[in-house]
Amino acid sequence: MKTKQEPVTLHLDPGARSPSKLEFIRKEIVRNKYVYLMIVMVMAYYGIFHYGPMYGLLMAFQQNYSLSHGIWGGEWIGFEHFRTFFDSYYFGRLLKNTLILSFYSIILGFPAPILLAILLNEVRSSKFKRVVQTVSYLPHFISIVVVVGILKTFSSLDNGLFNIVRSFFSLEPVMFFTEVDMFRPMYILSNIWQGAGWSSIIFLAALAGIDSQLYEAAKIDGAGRWKQFLHVTLPGIIPTIIVLFILRMGGIMNADMQKVLLMQTAPTYEVSDIIATFVYRVGVQQANFSYAAAVGLFNGIINLIFLIITNMISRKANQTSLW
Amino acid sequence: MKIRRSTGEIIFDTANFIMLAIFMAICAYPMIYVFNSSISDPQQMLMNRSFMLWPQGFSLEGYKQVLTNEKIFTGYLNTLFYVIVGTLANLLMTSIAAYGLSRPDLYGKGLFMKLIIFTMLFGGGMIPSFLLVQNLGLVDTRLALIIPGLISTFYLIIMKTNFESIPKEMVESAKLDGANDFQILFRIFIPVSKAVLAVITLYYAVDHWNDYMGPLLYLRSQDLYPIQIVLRDILLTNSMESMGPGADTGFAFSENLKYATIIVSTLPIMLVYPFIQKYFVQGSLLGAVKQ
Repeated sequence: MKTKQEPVTLHLDPGARSPSKLEFIRKEIVRNKYVYLMIVMVMAYYGIFHYGPMYGLLMAFQQNYSLSHGIWGGEWIGFEHFRTFFDSYYFGRLLKNTLILSFYSIILGFPAPILLAILLNEVRSSKFKRVVQTVSYLPHFISIVVVVGILKTFSSLDNGLFNIVRSFFSLEPVMFFTEVDMFRPMYILSNIWQGAGWSSIIFLAALAGIDSQLYEAAKIDGAGRWKQFLHVTLPGIIPTIIVLFILRMGGIMNADMQKVLLMQTAPTYEVSDIIATFVYRVGVQQANFSYAAAVGLFNGIINLIFLIITNMISRKANQTSLW
Repeated sequence: MKIRRSTGEIIFDTANFIMLAIFMAICAYPMIYVFNSSISDPQQMLMNRSFMLWPQGFSLEGYKQVLTNEKIFTGYLNTLFYVIVGTLANLLMTSIAAYGLSRPDLYGKGLFMKLIIFTMLFGGGMIPSFLLVQNLGLVDTRLALIIPGLISTFYLIIMKTNFESIPKEMVESAKLDGANDFQILFRIFIPVSKAVLAVITLYYAVDHWNDYMGPLLYLRSQDLYPIQIVLRDILLTNSMESMGPGADTGFAFSENLKYATIIVSTLPIMLVYPFIQKYFVQGSLLGAVKQ
């Protein structure tokens, strides 16, 4: 069978307990041959570009991966790289920076689009609503390079906007990009500026999906706008909020690595160096592949654990969960 | 419908209006600032430090420099290539995947979906992916920015949910007429899914237009660089030193040029949005989240 290497076979073989089942599957494939051809293409893509790197994670348990000897030629050293990482000077700093950046991003960044969607939902003039929406979506289209570029130009010492504002309040000009205290606020606030409008789309869709009869019923029961909000609007979008929150928790270790990489300067490393930028530096720039893959694997596992825990809590507490 | 508003409501509506207006101003202000700066006279900008609510003088010098800069021009063409070819490839593969996975009676569908969804929760990470692309010989080719990200699982689920809502009868009658699944996909499903396709096209196109990590990891040759890498050199490293032999190292760009580059590289993708806006109807994305 030409699909031998594909995940399809992974499934078909264990299923081949009895000849009749095998026969059934054969008939299915013949009957749906074009659909299976599509599936084979798709699963081949996922097999190579998603499961391939997962298989490649084996290098995390080797001395150092090299292109010439490949995965099986490497020397196995077990959890040595993980131990080195946990014992290293960087471990505490990287973990702390990653979590703090994520924590503030979630605390400040996650509610922002929800609040925006709720406020927009209460607007009566549809024209005003549309204008606010369109303007707030626009920053989403600006690339990260440009956003960081704008931040940098704005923080220029002599005539950058930030320092013009500072001098307006008679404060000393500051080199924002090399100032340790400025890195997190700049990162998080610019994220909210760029993303709040766009992320509100999904909540607005959820709000629009609320059955208008519920509002009618609430009005008949004498509920004012606030009561309607509490008893109809809020319950209506809570499931969406929870699902997105679970997904967000699954990315707790993924600050936007590209942005951090572009924003960080040597003087701010003590707050701006996060696990992902460390992986980039050690792996891609210093070619220390195995060690970097180990650190990346650690990062991915923490993400997965957070996702599973959040999902579990949510399922227990209010029956909403991803699975 | 005329409703009498109570005093509380009037206060709330006014406060709400003011808050949203302020939010809108905050969103718009940096863009206005950049635009006004790009058409201002650099001399005047240096002299008066201002909030740039209006342009200071008028000069198109920045734009002239941008449009005659060879690196920016090459970067622009490369980006156009990645956006057009990349997005078409994305749409092709994503709709094939969505069609296959939306067939109700497909044997093994549950397993395929589980394998796909799992990749949203866990992945090999940057280093193994980078080495994979290298092993496949894709490094420093245009394909490196197109093939590894062929399907975005999130957009796939949106499209699959949409395809599932297409009536079964359409498929059955087409089959009776002798159409195969590829024909059904391209002649029926894609034409009736214009709205969701428009939205996903926009998503993919923006991702390609703004991709920075891909070229940073996979490209080595200057002549393959997309505009984002050129932008980094102009806006952040502020030099052309990484831009080939013979370039003046340490040559600083005028502020004017920087602002003009931002406008030239951002405006095209922003202008796409209003054309697609009408497809952002309620519910087109919601289905995916509820899954």
